[in-house]
Amino acid sequence: MSTLITRVRQKQIGELIEKGKRLDGRGLTDYRELKIEEGLIERAEGSARVLLGKTEVLVGVKVATGEPFPDTPNEGVMTVNAELVPLASPTFEPGPPDENSIELARIVDRGIRESKAIDTEKLCIDPGKKVFVVFIDVYVLNHDGNLIDASALAAVSALLNTKMTDYEIKDGEVKTKQGYVPLPLKSHPITVTIGKINDKLIVDPWLEEEQVMDARISMAINDEGNICAIQKGLAGYFTPQQIIDASKLAQEKAAEMRKKLKW
Amino acid sequence: MPTFFEAKQLVTPGELLAEGEYQAGENTYKEENKIYASRIGLADLDNKRVNVVALRAFYQPKAGDIVIGAVTEVGFNGWTIDIKSPYTAMLRASDVLSRPFKPQNDELSQVLDTGDLIVAKIASYDRAHDPQLTVGEPGLGKITRGQIMRVTPTKIPRVIGRKGSMISMIKQETGCQIILGLNGVILVTGKTTDDEELAMMAIRKIEEESHTTGLTDRIMQLLKEEKTKREENKL
Amino acid sequence: MIEKPEKLIDKKGVRLDGRKADELRPLKLEVGVLSNADGSAYIEHGKNKILAAVFGPREMHPKHLSRPDRMVLRCRYHMAPFSVQERKSPAPSRREVELSKVIRESLEPALFPELYPRTGIDVFVEVLQADGGTRCASITAAALAIADSGIPMRDLVVACAAGKIDDTVVLDLYDAEDKLGVADVPVAYMPNLNAVTLLQMDGILAPDEFEKAVNMAIEGCKKIYVLQKEALKTKYMNVKEEIKEETEE
Repeated sequence: MSTLITRVRQKQIGELIEKGKRLDGRGLTDYRELKIEEGLIERAEGSARVLLGKTEVLVGVKVATGEPFPDTPNEGVMTVNAELVPLASPTFEPGPPDENSIELARIVDRGIRESKAIDTEKLCIDPGKKVFVVFIDVYVLNHDGNLIDASALAAVSALLNTKMTDYEIKDGEVKTKQGYVPLPLKSHPITVTIGKINDKLIVDPWLEEEQVMDARISMAINDEGNICAIQKGLAGYFTPQQIIDASKLAQEKAAEMRKKLKW
Repeated sequence: MPTFFEAKQLVTPGELLAEGEYQAGENTYKEENKIYASRIGLADLDNKRVNVVALRAFYQPKAGDIVIGAVTEVGFNGWTIDIKSPYTAMLRASDVLSRPFKPQNDELSQVLDTGDLIVAKIASYDRAHDPQLTVGEPGLGKITRGQIMRVTPTKIPRVIGRKGSMISMIKQETGCQIILGLNGVILVTGKTTDDEELAMMAIRKIEEESHTTGLTDRIMQLLKEEKTKREENKL
Repeated sequence: MIEKPEKLIDKKGVRLDGRKADELRPLKLEVGVLSNADGSAYIEHGKNKILAAVFGPREMHPKHLSRPDRMVLRCRYHMAPFSVQERKSPAPSRREVELSKVIRESLEPALFPELYPRTGIDVFVEVLQADGGTRCASITAAALAIADSGIPMRDLVVACAAGKIDDTVVLDLYDAEDKLGVADVPVAYMPNLNAVTLLQMDGILAPDEFEKAVNMAIEGCKKIYVLQKEALKTKYMNVKEEIKEETEE
């Protein structure tokens, strides 16, 4: 699945990590440089572009209206899709979503859904008949490691600047109102991905580190510092103690990020 | 330096067998001074070597082994042989034909066709290449008569018995010729199908009870009882 | 539509299905149930009924998916259309694709991939009836099927979930508790190597609750492991017992 990494490079990465350093000079728990740009796609109701190191993810939010699900007549609908666009990496092939893009979409989805970030009740226009349907499309434009955190940040950033058409019920009919309303966002979950190399935990793995690490764990933390989604990935394992250490590290980094982004 | 099992104890993958200065033998592995079982089987200690006699395993090819396989494909310069192993084996035409041949499909399929069974020897095998077979020795080649049965390859030594005692006894009692492929495929050729079935029944029982003691005697008894039954039925 | 009952766990700590907070649902495990597969196992965990089968190591098709230096594990988690309340389309859903991936990643650490280069191992899991916790039950059965096939393993893999319903951290949530509860944490574990090979979570948990849930799930795994070992050994022990009886007569 990944492009080959030479043994010499693997050794180099491992040795540095033993000393608490990484190839790009970062500490084990440092994030790469982060840049977020909002509202760059005017056709979308909301959008954001995240640059995490050289990883680039664009998220577009489209808001439509539709029927609610029968068991939640007063709630709007949200759906997340991810595309690993072929231009992003020599390893991405055109075609229907593969397991990696499906997993990525579902991880981003869980972070937002379980933290109840979107106030779905406020997405109701006409109970039982008409609700807002929020489509979150994650578009990976360049893969240089840690697509999960970049995508999750881009998704929440895009939701933050999403403006929807305003509706009201007048004379028993649904009519559009003048102006726009912001998407009702209650929480701003932050996902932190931690990789394991030679039994050391590293935050925000970069592409070459991803080829060396044997396991990965991503945790979504909500505004209150509670955990709302977790996904372990890759073919390795963690000891129970490493899991607890990772969860503490994730909370710490999420709080740092939250402060920095003023979320 | 402790071991954590009794002789011939049934162990499962991952069970800790020993700690300290022991060697990891068959179906075990060593990690950080501890030896664990890697397959389900009977644990045993041989000097400082911890072994597990696997009750379930598939055949891993080894150069020099005699195997029985079936032709699955006739190619341009040889045949593809299924030897019931993770790897398919190849038999080159040059090994079978004593003269240089013209690469025409028809000729090869007349010598060996899909579905034919052969007894062969593994000439070579390594990690990067599929096993290469040879039939260039006496006793090897196409099988024309008899019945085929399969047992778990790890049971073959039990079917052979100590110094061949078990297999000789079965051959004697049933009058059958028996070729044991180390890949777990067995060829039984007898004077009648009844004799063949008798031998096959004995071998199946060995497979089921291979981990018990007193097996040779019980099989001998079984064969004698069955033969008497058949005599009585004839009358 | 599920009508939400007032409480999922009452003041005495009894859940809707009669269990206490740290109690497992009843479990039944059987090894070697399919004659064509190289290895197989069947599990009943609460109302879950799941069948797992293993083929391999064998040549991979298509060949370009094989690796020259190691074996490749493929896993397919699939639910039968009649396994859930509302008929499910037989086409693989996105959830099944994700679960196939995480289940594969939970089993891989238990294998020795370098032993069989250029081959593939296929694990098929069919959920015949579902009632919450199917990915955990699937992993427990799949690991048994792999052991049954004779493929060497570093350890068995066993899985169990914990979570939170109302205000209580509980073990082994069934479907209603998963849907109506606060959080669900499935965990897969290699008991002899003390290694967590699958960990997911959805819901909201404070950090200390999360720690409690993970530890509870691991304890649940250890209990199920005892049953796993028994199921494997039972297949071979029966014959030994029969002979003992025969010779004692």
